[in-house]
Amino acid sequence: MPEQRALHEPFHHPARQRQADRLGMILFLASEAMLFGGLFAAAMALRLLYPADYVAASGHLKLWLGTANTAILLTSSLMAAVAVETARGGRPRLSGYALVAAILLGLLFLGIKGYEYGSEYREGLIPGLHGAHFEGRVQHLFMNFYFVSTGLHALHVIGGIALLTIAAFSRAARQDRTVLLIGNAALYWHLVDIIWVFLYPTLYLPDVS
Amino acid sequence: MKGLLIQLGLVWVALLILLAATVIAAHLPLGAAKPWISYAIAFAKAALILWVFMEMRKEGAIARLAMMAAMVWLIMMMTLSASDYLTRGWLSG
Amino acid sequence: MSDAALDMGKPAEEVEDISYLRAGHSLRSWFLTTDHKRIAILYLVSIVFFFLIGGAAAAMIRLDLLTPAGDLMTNEGYNRAFSLHGIIMVWFFLIPSIPNTIGNFIIPLMIGARDLAFPRLNLLSWYIYIVAGFIALAVVLGGGVDTGWTFYTPLSTMYANGMVAATVIAVFISGFSTILTGINFIVTIHKLRAPGMTWSRLPLFIWSHYAVSIIFVLATPVLAITLLLVAAERLFGIGVFDPALGGDPLLFQHLFWFYSHPAVYIMVLPAMGVISELITSAAHKRIFGYWFVAIASIAIAVIGFLVWGHHMFVSGQSLYASAVFSFLSVAVAVPSAIKVYNWTATLYKGDIMIDAPLLFALGFIGLFVAGGLTGLMLAMLAIDVHVHDTYFVVAHFHYIMVGGTVTAFFGALHYWWPKITGRLYNETLARIAAIVILVGFNVTFFPQFMLGYEGMPRRYHVYPPEFQLLQVISSAGAALLAVGYAMPAFYLLWSLKKGPRAPANPWGATGLEWTTSSPPPKHNFTQQPVVVRGPYDYPLEHPASRANA
Repeated sequence: MPEQRALHEPFHHPARQRQADRLGMILFLASEAMLFGGLFAAAMALRLLYPADYVAASGHLKLWLGTANTAILLTSSLMAAVAVETARGGRPRLSGYALVAAILLGLLFLGIKGYEYGSEYREGLIPGLHGAHFEGRVQHLFMNFYFVSTGLHALHVIGGIALLTIAAFSRAARQDRTVLLIGNAALYWHLVDIIWVFLYPTLYLPDVS
Repeated sequence: MKGLLIQLGLVWVALLILLAATVIAAHLPLGAAKPWISYAIAFAKAALILWVFMEMRKEGAIARLAMMAAMVWLIMMMTLSASDYLTRGWLSG
Repeated sequence: MSDAALDMGKPAEEVEDISYLRAGHSLRSWFLTTDHKRIAILYLVSIVFFFLIGGAAAAMIRLDLLTPAGDLMTNEGYNRAFSLHGIIMVWFFLIPSIPNTIGNFIIPLMIGARDLAFPRLNLLSWYIYIVAGFIALAVVLGGGVDTGWTFYTPLSTMYANGMVAATVIAVFISGFSTILTGINFIVTIHKLRAPGMTWSRLPLFIWSHYAVSIIFVLATPVLAITLLLVAAERLFGIGVFDPALGGDPLLFQHLFWFYSHPAVYIMVLPAMGVISELITSAAHKRIFGYWFVAIASIAIAVIGFLVWGHHMFVSGQSLYASAVFSFLSVAVAVPSAIKVYNWTATLYKGDIMIDAPLLFALGFIGLFVAGGLTGLMLAMLAIDVHVHDTYFVVAHFHYIMVGGTVTAFFGALHYWWPKITGRLYNETLARIAAIVILVGFNVTFFPQFMLGYEGMPRRYHVYPPEFQLLQVISSAGAALLAVGYAMPAFYLLWSLKKGPRAPANPWGATGLEWTTSSPPPKHNFTQQPVVVRGPYDYPLEHPASRANA
């Protein structure tokens, strides 16, 4: 996308235009954070209303899959940051490799998540599906919440992968030393990572027995 | 560039150490302090990602303010909602 | 015909000088435009359309309330009418009203920019708004919704008939339009100010739009997730708000009002920005206490997020939380009061020009004070228990949203009409309209304070006969108000054809938007403006005598 570097109306200076694009992205991320904020508030309300049942319900999740996924997303974030740094340093090929690594790790995250959903289905933990059974209504509610929040997060992972893919396939983006497109795609990817960093203690860590 | 990449790698190592720490802490008998510790570690991880990976350390005041704002607004939302949930039972004796 | 460039007394030099209205006449040049001025016009036409729909629903409601038995509509029909009225008026008229029309048009002009920072995003935001608006309209008219605009659970999730899920999805979609506008405004104000346009030289209209953009970006997503949860609950029964599953209906109210109380400030903050411009222009005086008014906007935006619990005093919310919310709600009145005092102080010893915009501004101040003070009463725990969910509340928020925001919207439309269209309207008719609106408004809504205080609940169309007199007065006032609102439609449209051409600065006002021709050229200014003075640096004749900033 060569027009990425072109000057658009209403700007007079490329540097200022770049600052504006980046600030726009950061504001968008702030608004994304608030979107998930509503879910975290719901989790907090649930936990404050039923402290013991909430903790017990979390014990049915697969801690090790959640932990592995956290490590995977953190590593994927590292790769996105590396892609930004290498593109900025004039190493477009290296930057492309880093982007591909970030994308593959993102796909691995989704794969593990899918495997996790599958095993939850076999254990009858998916509300509304065949064979679902719960110890109590709070566990039912907790699992509903778990699927809504991880599902919404997974949609954002897919969106992030799409952005990273666009950046990876664009030679111009990789050669752009102001890293506008790669930088903004990476920003989005890091935010998806941060949301998971908070979902992890909310869903997996309350009970690790 | 090499120095910067090493720096990124070190932050990644720190993030994984924090992840290990939060898993270990979750297994310890810490009682009521448990959620506080796990969320404190999550905040530490988020801070590292924001500061280094998202390059907030290089950004101007406005970009930092925008990211801070989301954080502060969420804390306002949580605190005031919690003020309801925590005290709702106090009167129904 | 002399075109806009000749009005400035300069020969047409290049294409740049052609007014934005003449820069293309095809449908494509309007519907695919990225010019913030044309997008503002698109928004203006759309919100007027939705205002008519919402107004028609209001007319049905007022007609039905003429008799105690509610003879006009069935119970269900009445519920659908007030839900339609609320949903359309809040999300498809009031929230975009001033920011997306006047703001979209004037913000770049005021700060000396060629456009908003993301022109294509601006157009996208209008399309999202239109799509959402028509989905909402189709659903609400076709299937009907009877939950009111608040979608309270468990009514909305378990009991309500009609197409609740589709309606909340429409509102959810409209939220993206709002968020994009907010991002666009904030980035524009930060990155596109003309040389010399420092923060202390920003017009107060800009400050208030900056404040409102903060709310757009930070509050709207919370509404989005809340409505998604309502839709998911209705479609799949996820139970987060369902007490039968252990969910908490109050959680919905917490999340909903975390957005919707700040949304009240979304509606009134731009109006406050308008009033600051109208008052200073009419008084030909610097604003009294610039920084107080500017910071008050930001303070309202921030504190406005901390008061949502005052909607939940009788809902089962903890009394201790209610006490905290009550205190914070009183605190948010402080910055609002500062603004009112400063506007009044600005008028003191001013060289006042009593034109229609000033009449609207004065109307705003009076009605806003009445709405604000009754808001303080409602923030008191004990009084709220008495008047909660009565017409007292209805009257209170209509004083703010209609008496405040809609009056300011009309004031802004009159004040900037010459700039937007390049034409002057009939001043006498405009003054009459301003007065008719003020009188009609008070006749409509003041009786509702009395009704509410005496115990008439909101959202009921069958009521005891002793309330009939006040209800009839209110309905009569609504008819007068409708006449007042209809008048501008005639003389403003007439001015487009027959009105005299407007000079660049018909009010003798400061502000960059008055230094360019009326209507402005496609890219706003023929030369990049450079700002050397503060805002409201009156009198204009002696620019050097007062140094602001």
